Amino acid sequence: MTSAPASSSAAPAPSPAPELPFRTRLAVFIRLLAIQGSWNYEILLGNGIGFCLEPALRALPGGVHSPAFHQALARESRYFNAHPYLAAVAVGALARAELDGADPMRIERFRTALCGPLGSVGDRLVWAGWLPFCSLASLAVFGLGASPTVVVGLFLIVYNIGHLGLRLWGLNTGWTHGLRVASALGNPVLRRGPQQIGRLAALATGIAIPLALGRVIGPGRSFMGEVLVAVALGSFLIVRVQTRIEGWRLSLFVLAAVVLFSVIR
Amino acid sequence: MTALDVLPIAILGGVLGLDVVSFPQAMISRPLVASTLAGALIGQTASGLMLGAALELIALETLPFGASRYPEWGSAAVVGGAIFASHPSHPAGAMSVGVVAALATTWVGGWTMVKLRQWNAAWAARKRDALEAGARGAVVSLQLMGMTADLARGVLLTAIAYTLLAPLATWCLAHWSTDSRLSRAIVVAAAASVAGGAAWKLFHATAGARWFFVSGLAVGFFFLFLR
Repeated sequence: MTSAPASSSAAPAPSPAPELPFRTRLAVFIRLLAIQGSWNYEILLGNGIGFCLEPALRALPGGVHSPAFHQALARESRYFNAHPYLAAVAVGALARAELDGADPMRIERFRTALCGPLGSVGDRLVWAGWLPFCSLASLAVFGLGASPTVVVGLFLIVYNIGHLGLRLWGLNTGWTHGLRVASALGNPVLRRGPQQIGRLAALATGIAIPLALGRVIGPGRSFMGEVLVAVALGSFLIVRVQTRIEGWRLSLFVLAAVVLFSVIR
Repeated sequence: MTALDVLPIAILGGVLGLDVVSFPQAMISRPLVASTLAGALIGQTASGLMLGAALELIALETLPFGASRYPEWGSAAVVGGAIFASHPSHPAGAMSVGVVAALATTWVGGWTMVKLRQWNAAWAARKRDALEAGARGAVVSLQLMGMTADLARGVLLTAIAYTLLAPLATWCLAHWSTDSRLSRAIVVAAAASVAGGAAWKLFHATAGARWFFVSGLAVGFFFLFLR
């Protein structure tokens, strides 16, 4: 997260953010939900960034037929990598920079500097924190006997409050700060959030696993003691062999063997 | 099984497969949700949730980090959930074959996602000149093409997997010989083991997380034995 401030701290203080029309902001936000629509191993998120920025770039002098529009869209559709939710920060900041008429070289440098931080912070905050936490909290509620509507509804509502909130915050923050958005990435939620959510997720894991296990096994809890011992040993084994085989593949092999044995016997 | 039986399942699998990466990543593709929706489509929502919970424990290990290759759970959980929910009396082995069907589909699904990404790259290369010229049509069409292909990928994957695996699952259940409770206990043990390993990988580096985990376990076991 330190490379972005280095490249952008020299930028002059931006003038107060002009108002982006609501329809444009809405169009950009909806397109953000499809930012990975053409994700590929060559330009990664690049085309998605151009796709999201396109409604905002229409406000450039001369509109969609102007050289400025084409140059900006070409620039913004090149290679880019970031966490898909936090890419909203980049989209907001790049929209502001393009509409402010920032130097194209500075925009290029800014794009390069922003990739790493937005990827690593997003991965830690969302994929390694918020998603497992919401998933495990919902599994705990499932284990307590909640109905399908409650379990699924709780998961989707809680998760998407964070998901959509993060995208909205990112877009607004990027637009407000423009090329100086790196300072906003020092937000306490982004800096300390992964640690705090990680602890909560660890707590939720402890609660969820025995409860979910109890409910899936069903009434009578047959083999409960044996299952608990097997889970402890199985978890240990999976951690030990993680560099050679993933746990889900291992479980597929084990369960496929059980199916074969049960059918052929 | 007729095409009319497969079609709704395939469409659901397509929509949820699209959610994994392309649109809108709202996590309706998580097994907990996808399998429950598949169960609801069959008329057995609670069965779908039951299998979804087992798959969700396994899916904790495979989070969509960056450009890494990961299994595709959306379509797979629909296939597994639909198969399990099709046997509402939960005969011996139903959960085992449901989970195996989902895991096999998720493996193939991950491979199809890699292929799709390669196709996206090839389409982008074909439009390189237009993209370099900042052509609006090229940018938008590339995005729409990728999403349409992803939707089609999910629909096809689900349709093929469900058509092949549902009759196979029924055949397996007709010949199943292992005790019902033992079969389910093995599935639960496998799923929870993966979840335990995943939790360790995710949180072992977080300061204090192990104490939170141990505290959580105490709470979890307290409620488990209270119920």
